[in-house]
Order: sequence, then C-alpha cells, then structure tokens
Amino acid sequence: MKEKLVLIGNGMAGVRALENLLELEPDMYDITVFGSEPYGNYNRILLSPVLTGEKTIDEIMLNDDAWYAENNITLHKGKTVTKIDRKQRKVIADDGTEVEYDRLLIATGSHPFIIPVPGHDLPGVIAFRDINDVDFMLAAAKEHRHAVVIGGGLLGLEAAYGLIQQGMKVTVIHLMDTLMERQMDSAAGKMLKKSLEARGLEFLLAASTKEIIGKKRVQGVLLEDGREVTADLVVMAVGIRPNIDLAKSAKLHCERGLVVSDTMQTYDPRVYALGECVQHRNEVYGLVAPLFEQAKVCANHLAHLGYARYEGSMTSTKLKVTGIDLFSAGDFHGDEDTEEVVMQDVAGGVYKKIVIRDNKIIGAVMYGDTVDGAWYFQLMRDGTDISDMRNHLLYGQAHLGDSGHGGENAVMAMSDDMEICGCNGVCKGDIVKAITTKGLFTLDDVRAHTKASSSCGSCTGLVEQLLATTLGSDYSDSPSKTPMCPCTDHPHDEVRTGIVANQIKTIPEVMKHFEWKTENGCPKCRPALNYYLVCAWPDTYKDDGQSRFINERAHANIQGDGTYSVIPRMWGGMTTPQELRAVADAAEKFNIDTVHVTGGQRIGLYGLKKEELPAVWDDLNKAGMVSGHAYGKALRTVKTCVGKEWCRFGTQDSTGLGIELEKMSWGSWMPHKFKMAASGCPRNCAEATIKDFGVVCVDSGYEIHVGGNGGIKVRATDFLCNVSTEEEVIEYSAAYIQLYREEAHYLERTAPWIERIGLSHIKEQVVDDKVNRKKLAERFHFSQKFSQDDPWKQRAKGADAHEFTTLKQVG
Amino acid sequence: MQAAVDKNADSSEWIEIGHINDIPKLGARVVSAGDFNIAVFRTDNDEIFALRDECPHKGGPLSQGIVHGKKVACPLHDWKIHLDSGEAVEPDEGCAASYPVRIDGDAVYLSLTPKKGCPNK
Repeated sequence: MKEKLVLIGNGMAGVRALENLLELEPDMYDITVFGSEPYGNYNRILLSPVLTGEKTIDEIMLNDDAWYAENNITLHKGKTVTKIDRKQRKVIADDGTEVEYDRLLIATGSHPFIIPVPGHDLPGVIAFRDINDVDFMLAAAKEHRHAVVIGGGLLGLEAAYGLIQQGMKVTVIHLMDTLMERQMDSAAGKMLKKSLEARGLEFLLAASTKEIIGKKRVQGVLLEDGREVTADLVVMAVGIRPNIDLAKSAKLHCERGLVVSDTMQTYDPRVYALGECVQHRNEVYGLVAPLFEQAKVCANHLAHLGYARYEGSMTSTKLKVTGIDLFSAGDFHGDEDTEEVVMQDVAGGVYKKIVIRDNKIIGAVMYGDTVDGAWYFQLMRDGTDISDMRNHLLYGQAHLGDSGHGGENAVMAMSDDMEICGCNGVCKGDIVKAITTKGLFTLDDVRAHTKASSSCGSCTGLVEQLLATTLGSDYSDSPSKTPMCPCTDHPHDEVRTGIVANQIKTIPEVMKHFEWKTENGCPKCRPALNYYLVCAWPDTYKDDGQSRFINERAHANIQGDGTYSVIPRMWGGMTTPQELRAVADAAEKFNIDTVHVTGGQRIGLYGLKKEELPAVWDDLNKAGMVSGHAYGKALRTVKTCVGKEWCRFGTQDSTGLGIELEKMSWGSWMPHKFKMAASGCPRNCAEATIKDFGVVCVDSGYEIHVGGNGGIKVRATDFLCNVSTEEEVIEYSAAYIQLYREEAHYLERTAPWIERIGLSHIKEQVVDDKVNRKKLAERFHFSQKFSQDDPWKQRAKGADAHEFTTLKQVG
Repeated sequence: MQAAVDKNADSSEWIEIGHINDIPKLGARVVSAGDFNIAVFRTDNDEIFALRDECPHKGGPLSQGIVHGKKVACPLHDWKIHLDSGEAVEPDEGCAASYPVRIDGDAVYLSLTPKKGCPNK
C-alpha cells in the first residue's frame, strides 16, 4: 500500500513541492491537497498585472483541475483544515472531511497584516493578497473614485499603480519618509517617488494612520497629525504574517513562523513545512524564489532521497511597475566597515549604488538602469573578489549580447516582435508569452521552452531581464552553487578538484563518486568530465570518444547539411607552394566546391562526406600537413604578421615566434577553443589584443596580453607583463595555457574565465611566482608529449574506422 | 541482451546488419537504405535501437549525437530524442521514425518497416 501524503495549502510553494516530488517519484504517495480558495493553484506573483488589466485570472493559473486529476491527486478546494491530529495522524477540515497521513506537508502561507486602528473592519477596507482582493478592487474602481493605499512598500506601490491604471485617484500613505525603505536607500526612493508622481500617484510620507473613518463604509483616512484624506477604498499593504494558527494548535513549535530545519521538517519529523508560513534559521521569506528552493529540498526528502539541504536564500527585489526599473539586493545601506561605489544622474533618472566589504559585493541598489542587476547579484552570491573590476564595476558587465542587438539593452522598450535570440530566432513576445502561459521561473525553463539563450548565450542577459521584468521580485537566477548540469548537484570546481584529490580515472568512476543522478550523464557533463580527466591524467587516461561532440570524435566540423569541413594547419599562417598544391589537388579530387580562406590564416575545404575524410587527410598528410584542430576545444591558430623580416616597422621576428608557439601548443585539448597571435609591432596587424593569448612585439622585447575575444562579445585583452626574450614568451605562454587548462570550467573561454577569477590571480600564478610558472609550464610540456600525435594520420591509417564507414548498405 | 522487438513486423523482412560489437557502446552506426539513412544505436546496457537518421527539428544526423541513457542529443541544435519511440524530449515536439530491431546471439537484425505512430520523417 502506498504511503499517504497530505498537503495543507494549495498555493505556489506547496504545489511546487508536489511537482518536484512527482518528477522524482511519480507513484510513491497517495496525495491529498486542501486549499481554502475555490481555485486551482495560481501564480500569485502576477496578481499585479491582473489588477492593471494586463492579464486575466485564467492567464495566471499554474495548475488547473485537470492537472490534479492527471496526477491522481485528490483536491479539496474551498475547504480549510481546522485541526491536525498528530497522534492519529489525520487532518480534519471545516466541513468535517477527515484524511489520514503518513507524511504531512504544511504550506499555509501568510496573511496580510491589518493595522488594528479604529475603522479597520469597515466595508471597503481590504488587503492585497488574493484573487478576491483583486476582484474587489476592480469592482470598486468601477463605482468609486478615491483610493488610499496604506503602505509604500513593494506590494503597496504595485496595488496603487494598478488602481491608477483602473482610473482611480490614488494616495499612498507611508509611515517612513522613504518609499520601499526595506529595498532602497533614500536617493533611489526619491527618484522612484518622482516618477510615480509623474504617473499620477500622490504620496503622504512620514504619515501615521490614526483612524479609518466612515459610517456604513469607508469614507476617509485620518492621520495622527490631523490631516484627513478622502477614500472610497482603502488597501492595507503594510506587510504579511505567517499563517501559523493551525500549526500552533497542533502544538508544533512556532516562533514568528513555523520553525523548520534544513531538511524542511518541523519538530515532528513526519510533518514538513515550507513557504511563507515557515521560519528557517531565523528568516521568514515572502518572495517566491526562496520558496522554490525550499520546495526542491522538501521533495528530495519526501522522495526518500534524503541528501538535499536548504541553507537559506539571498533575495533580490524588482518592482513590477511598467516603465520603472529598480533593483536591489543584500545589504545596501552598509556600515563603517563597508565602502560604496555610487553613480547618480538625477536628470537622466539613473542611480546605482554598490556596497562592498572586503572586496566583495554585499548589496546593490539600482534605479533607472537595472541591466546589470542579475550580474551584481551573481557576484554577490558567489562572493567574487571584485578588486580587479572595481574601476568599471558601475558600468556593468555589458554582458548583454553586442552582436545582433545593436547595443540595444533596454529590454522593456523593445517591441514584442524584436528578436532577442539571434541564434534561434526567438522574439521578445515569444519569451514573455512562454513565461506567463507556461509558468516559467528560471533561465533554464526559458531555454527549454523557447530555445532562447540556449545556443551561443549572448542574449542570456536579455532573457534574464525579461524574466525579471515579467516576474518581478520573484525571479531568481541559478543558486549560488551552480551545478555542472542537472545530472549532479556538484559545481565544476568541486568535481575537478575531486578528480585529482581522489585519483579518479574514468567517467563512470566520477559519476559514482559524486552520486550522479543519471545513468550516463548528458551531453553537457560527459564532454566536460572527459576533458577534466584528459587534463588531470594526460599520460594514462584513455580518451572516451563517445563522450565527445561529433566534431572532436570525427576530427572535422559538422556543417548544417551534415557534411564536414577539413582545415589543415598552416603554422603561424605560413604556407608553401607544395602545401597549396596539395590543398588544390585534394579540392579537385574530391569535387570540393567551397574553398575558403579562414579567419585564422588557413584554408578550409567544405562539403565533404564523412566517409571521404580519411582519404582527404591521407592526401594532405603526404604533403606534410596535419590537423588544424579547427573543430576542437583545443589550440586553434596562431596568427602572425610578417614581422621584421619584411616589414619596415617590424621590431621582432613575430612570424618565427608564432610558429614556435604553435609547434609547442598544437594538439592540446583545452576547456574551450584557444587562439593566439603574434604581432611584430604595436600596429598589431595580427590582432593580438583580441586573442586568448597575444604577443605584441616592441623594440625592447615582447608585451604579453591575455583574455581577449573577438567573438560573441568583443573583449580586448588584459596586459599581463613585458618580457625581453622569445624563450620567456614561450615559458609564460605554456604556464598561462596550463593554468587555464587546469582551472577554467569546461566551455569557458579565457575572457569570462579571467573576469571570473581576476587578472591578479593570473599575475600571481604566472608572473610573480617564478617557481610556480616553471612548474605550470613543465606540466603543460609533459601533457603535450601525449597529445602531439596527428589525429588525421592515425585515422588515415585506419584508426576508428567504424566512425567513417556505414554499417551496412541495405537499400 | 534486449532489443525493442515489434511483434507486428513480418519476420521475413529482417535484414542482418552486423555484429553487436560493430556498434560502439553509447554510440551509433549508420545503415544506408538508399534514399535515406537509419541510425542504429547501442546503449550502455547493450540495448539496440534504430531511428531514421534525421532529427525532426532540422534534419540533423542523429547517428552523430551523444547517446546518454535511452536518449540521443542531435549534434546540430541539441534536441534530445528518445531512442525507443523516436519522440523528441519535451518540451520539444517532433518524432523520428523508429524501426524494429532484433538480436539473435550477437547478430543484429533490422526491419525496414517503420513502427507505427510516427510519420516517416
């Protein structure tokens, strides 16, 4: 017989926990749900847009009756549980319904706090909490003119704005002298007030309500200072209180909320609780993002997995008022031990403040331009050392895609048919619609449903912004400890260090050690693990071809039509008549239509069938040419100019240096593709300052530059150091490459890697510490002993023949 | 050894296509059927599945994708396809035709009559 699970509270938190549980264990429990409201589960966050008329109730339903039926869940709508009998393990509802449980889940949420002033119970005085309240406000707006909102916090302002949209005259009464003082400092609060006033709202700040006056229904609000405001409708939005009466009556330990442990259990281990009714590590949460994190943990334990822990959440705030961008997170007031970085442009309506302690962001407030809110929040959650980016921190990450977006970053100003994701052709309207109709909350949800941001990732910032503006405060990006992929809870760094520390030598062993949740991982983690093992054990690891993308398995780039390209190496961009002849002969022999000079100073042959590859390679090998690894997360090209041998400006032999760099590093596998360049003078014809590793020759020696990128997002290199000899360039580059190989996450180019770990770290490891530099370089050279074996030659001679032949011809 | 056997398929149609070890574990081989290709997959547990070698999204060759569990990821745009049914993993929608496979000893047999329930595309 199945165990019985009862959920009290049919809201977002409880139902999310059920959804997570059903994904893990669809048949473990007989599930019964009690909900006081006569609806299925709806998206409470989107009540504000319902009030403004931007959405209807139907559009914000998350789980309708059919969902409960499909999942065999018994739903008691409109029934309130009045008693929990923990001895007999059953719950009793107001209509007498009794249901037994083996495990109980309490998610009773919270209720709005009503200030107990005289007149608070007059008709026309309501809260802003559920569909009933919204219906009431919409009806009142039709008949009445004057509305007062008590409370100038997030919820109060959203209610006030909604009522203005419905045509009412609205006054907001707020106890403090700053709006949203829990989310904003006074500078941002003033700017917010100004723009809300421009939208027609009136404010009475530092105003305390004494009494709500009226006879049969509300007629006005009397303040302590004697002022009186006319009102036909009063909305109290001064805060929420956890609903814990039921839990208290069942003698479950409560303080401000129902107290739960890191496993979301109350003091009765059969009774779980989550959502706005609980108190965890002394915190009570009122936003959706933390509740979802709790739901995950809860489901994990209900499914008897028993390893997840909830350790509290960091939250950020956004206001859902059309046209007003504001963001805040963490401790944005600061104290004596903190520093502030501030930018304020009152006329331009932009304000940003970042609070820093010990070189880490601990809080941020932004108004007007909130594009980088998600980025600051991520830096804050990750505890990133920001000393290297201090100077340009306020200007933002500019992590929104530059290409294809024409620098457009005010996502709210975009029309619905504007393209957000240039790779997959997804427009703003598609994304917003998917978020609201499909109930999406995270970046991964949006990626799965719309494909936006799932290819090159350059539009990730825009999608995050859309999530944030559509969902308001309740959008949360990935947790601070971002797992490698959904197959595991462990982040990249943990897995990498674990592989070395525990001497793990194969992919199945890694998966076993770290308790992978899937049988053979997925296309995200398998290639990453394969690379981490190649990097850790270059001499002994047997490369797993089936864990490589097709390009690396076939040593050629798959094209959109399923054919392949072949690009042989041209060392340092140099070639010979013999090589050119071999390329030309191959192009003719294999009927290649497209011969292209690549951006990396080489020649590419396009449109080859997979079966033809070994024969083409064999011909090229005979002319001394080897694989250019143009298909791999590997060393690609070393671009050069002709240097002082020919150029009248040349200061050093940049061509010779480029060839030497390429001879040293070709064949090495990397976290992502890796490009180098050597320019003979500061005119920099080889474009060394947008490469992963670039050398600019000067009269006195060589400038070394790192972390450039000319692709999705242009990033100029950071200057690493000057050296005076070619030998030093070689040593520094080997050390730097090895540091990148050992520390970057798989599929992380050097540019984001440097932004994540900081240039100082690289300077410490490669420039300042001579012994370490030599060790890094030695490890690279050691690893190269096993990788500089031309993969084309091996395959031209018959290796991996199954990869290049059909199994059988049957038609 | 197990295989997805379709009992409705006429046994006279079975074509021997090779030895199970011709197909790499967590990999695939291509059987050419004239106008089109069929991808024959082998999972970690030596289950064999056959799908038309065209992703329902943009026709990418599924045989070249990464096999994980009972799914393959298309090499072009990373759609995930169920090896047993040929259906795309939700929320994507689409289907690659699935062909019956039989294993006798170590020999793998394929039928060219696709299973029902999915357009031959």
